[in-house]
Amino acid sequence: MFTPSRRHALLPATLLAAAVVLAGCGSKVSSSGTSAASAPAASIDTAGDTVKVGLLNSLSGTMAISEVTVKNSLLLAVDEINASGGVLGKKLTPVSEDGASDWPTFAEKAGKLISVDKVAAVFGGWTSASRKQMLPVFEKNKALLFYPVQYEGLEASPYIFYSGATTNQQIIPGLDYLKSQGKKTLYLVGSDYVFPRTANKEIKAYAAANGMTIVGEDYKPLGNTEFSAIVDKVKAAKPDAVFNTLNGDSNVAFWKQYKSVGLTADTTPVISVSIAEEEAKAIGPQYLAGQLTAWNYYMTTPGAANEKFVKAYQAKYGADKPTSDPMEAAYVSMYLWKAMVEKAGSFDVEKVKAAAEGITFDAPEGTVTVDGTNHHISKTARIGKIGTDGTITEVWNSGQPIKPDPFLKTYPWAASLS
Amino acid sequence: MIIANQLFTGISFGAVLLLIALGLALTFGQMNVINMAHGELIMAGAYTVYMLQQVITSAGVSLLVAVPVAFVVSGLIGVALEILLLRRLYGRPLDTLLVTWGVSLVLQQAARDIFGAPNKQTTAPSWLAGAVELGDLTLPASRLFILALALGAVASLSLLLRRTSLGRRIRAVVGNRALAETSGIPTGRVDRVTFFVGSGLAGVAGVALTLLGAIGPSMGTSYIIDAFLVVVVGGLGQLKGSVIMAFALGMLNAFSEYQYGPSVAKVIVFVAIVAFIQWRPQGLFSVRTRSLA
Repeated sequence: MFTPSRRHALLPATLLAAAVVLAGCGSKVSSSGTSAASAPAASIDTAGDTVKVGLLNSLSGTMAISEVTVKNSLLLAVDEINASGGVLGKKLTPVSEDGASDWPTFAEKAGKLISVDKVAAVFGGWTSASRKQMLPVFEKNKALLFYPVQYEGLEASPYIFYSGATTNQQIIPGLDYLKSQGKKTLYLVGSDYVFPRTANKEIKAYAAANGMTIVGEDYKPLGNTEFSAIVDKVKAAKPDAVFNTLNGDSNVAFWKQYKSVGLTADTTPVISVSIAEEEAKAIGPQYLAGQLTAWNYYMTTPGAANEKFVKAYQAKYGADKPTSDPMEAAYVSMYLWKAMVEKAGSFDVEKVKAAAEGITFDAPEGTVTVDGTNHHISKTARIGKIGTDGTITEVWNSGQPIKPDPFLKTYPWAASLS
Repeated sequence: MIIANQLFTGISFGAVLLLIALGLALTFGQMNVINMAHGELIMAGAYTVYMLQQVITSAGVSLLVAVPVAFVVSGLIGVALEILLLRRLYGRPLDTLLVTWGVSLVLQQAARDIFGAPNKQTTAPSWLAGAVELGDLTLPASRLFILALALGAVASLSLLLRRTSLGRRIRAVVGNRALAETSGIPTGRVDRVTFFVGSGLAGVAGVALTLLGAIGPSMGTSYIIDAFLVVVVGGLGQLKGSVIMAFALGMLNAFSEYQYGPSVAKVIVFVAIVAFIQWRPQGLFSVRTRSLA
């Protein structure tokens, strides 16, 4: 008889406790702004013969489709590094946390990895929204984040290394390619958060300067699956090409519905910047065949380093598993960190940062070089075409690695953006 | 042409809303259970299609077989939920909200453990891949199939409620539980069957959704809000409000999305719903009962 009433009494108490905990977190973050200068550097636990590295990826929620593969490839790099003797004689112990496709959770888990686990560096994040949430945490704690995904640029945190492409290594080459193919009118479709909106701002500036017209621009919330009105609009607007910045599950719905109204790669090609091999497999090659992607790496990219990477990945996770650009960038980021630590001779964050300039790695995508000033890496841009079997084959590349220019300073048309 | 196209888009979006809300109109509308796990019952239906495609290679056959199988699978999950938890919570709608929300998290994680985090994809049968062209009008076959499925589900459900003795019992329990019980109706068993049918309809919705979007552990979460909106605005206790409101909201959404883009469309839909609820707090139609609950 008393049980129900006790349960009722417990509920508010639990909520209250949760609120207190949350409020505590909030005040910790907000006080950081004022005391950032005096905050001590993050302490890294280097006692013993191991050192911890944090892996922070969404293992649940709408982004899990993509981020789980990044975690797998980070673990592969950890295994390989440990098998070859570790870093500075210490074996790496990965500590994995689930960002749960929820951006504040990323910030919270990042704080936990830094202050509770005392990791030497954190690897992960996918959406720009998650990175923007984590950025103040890493800057406040003076800890390192290695972020492996292409993004919208206009950022260069001293405590983040960006191993994915910035705009001038992916989106601008993609636009250059469309321009070279004689595409004059573009329709922009994206998920409703910081990356697509910023990327589209840049695309609009590029279009204005290059005689292209934007005939439509639409955003859908992450995870939304109702695209019938948008595909109708695309069909009515008859653009030469669609620039797709959708992320996550929405892509599946967009492509199914895109095809269902009779839009094809021949009539209205789509170039996507967030669909790699893993996503192509999940969306279904029958919907994607013939469509374009812009990345820096494909599973089919030639070279011994890539053959080794693909072989090792499939040996660990299954022969049918594809590798993709963000996975490769994540794999590379672990090796870049290792090279920085070894050059610095220390796990100390400031020393590692100081050692970053000019670090190179013979990556699956080709040799990459770290820019010590903006913390991005030089990468070769590659436009690919999705095949009927879901693999992506390169149809164009930039010939040589493009120097990272996150603030687009070398592009006159971009002057108004940053 | 654009108006005709949007009219069809609105109807087909309405059909999706109707399918996902129909089961809820039974469990929430008739039984007052705020079932937050309704989205996961939809998910179970979608995974049923995926599982059947592993066994039956013909995409068309497996899709058609999936409709009854998903109905039973989701229905059984719903009944298990009813027997194990909800039965103890009748008359405490807020408690059902919390409990079923917890259940939805458990079911999502279960799906993630069983099928893995990445989405699964199914092959759409060839006869649903194309589109029917009527002049300038393109009617995707998959949308027509969903529309047919939605109308079929409404027809069977209203037949069940109006023409069978089970339906009479369900309506009697909704109308006045205590009186129904004194008249010898086993209300516990009726509740279970009602919940089975309501959950099963969620499974059928899941089958339809495989033609539109991804099959993933969290797919249900994107539909649950829309489903509740339809039922609340349509009015509790009967079906016709939900049916009308599903198509009305689908239409409003399609036209405003075409005109103003998705974000503004969402605002327009929500403002319209808030205004409507101010005007008719009980929803479009309401059932007058003599029960005191």
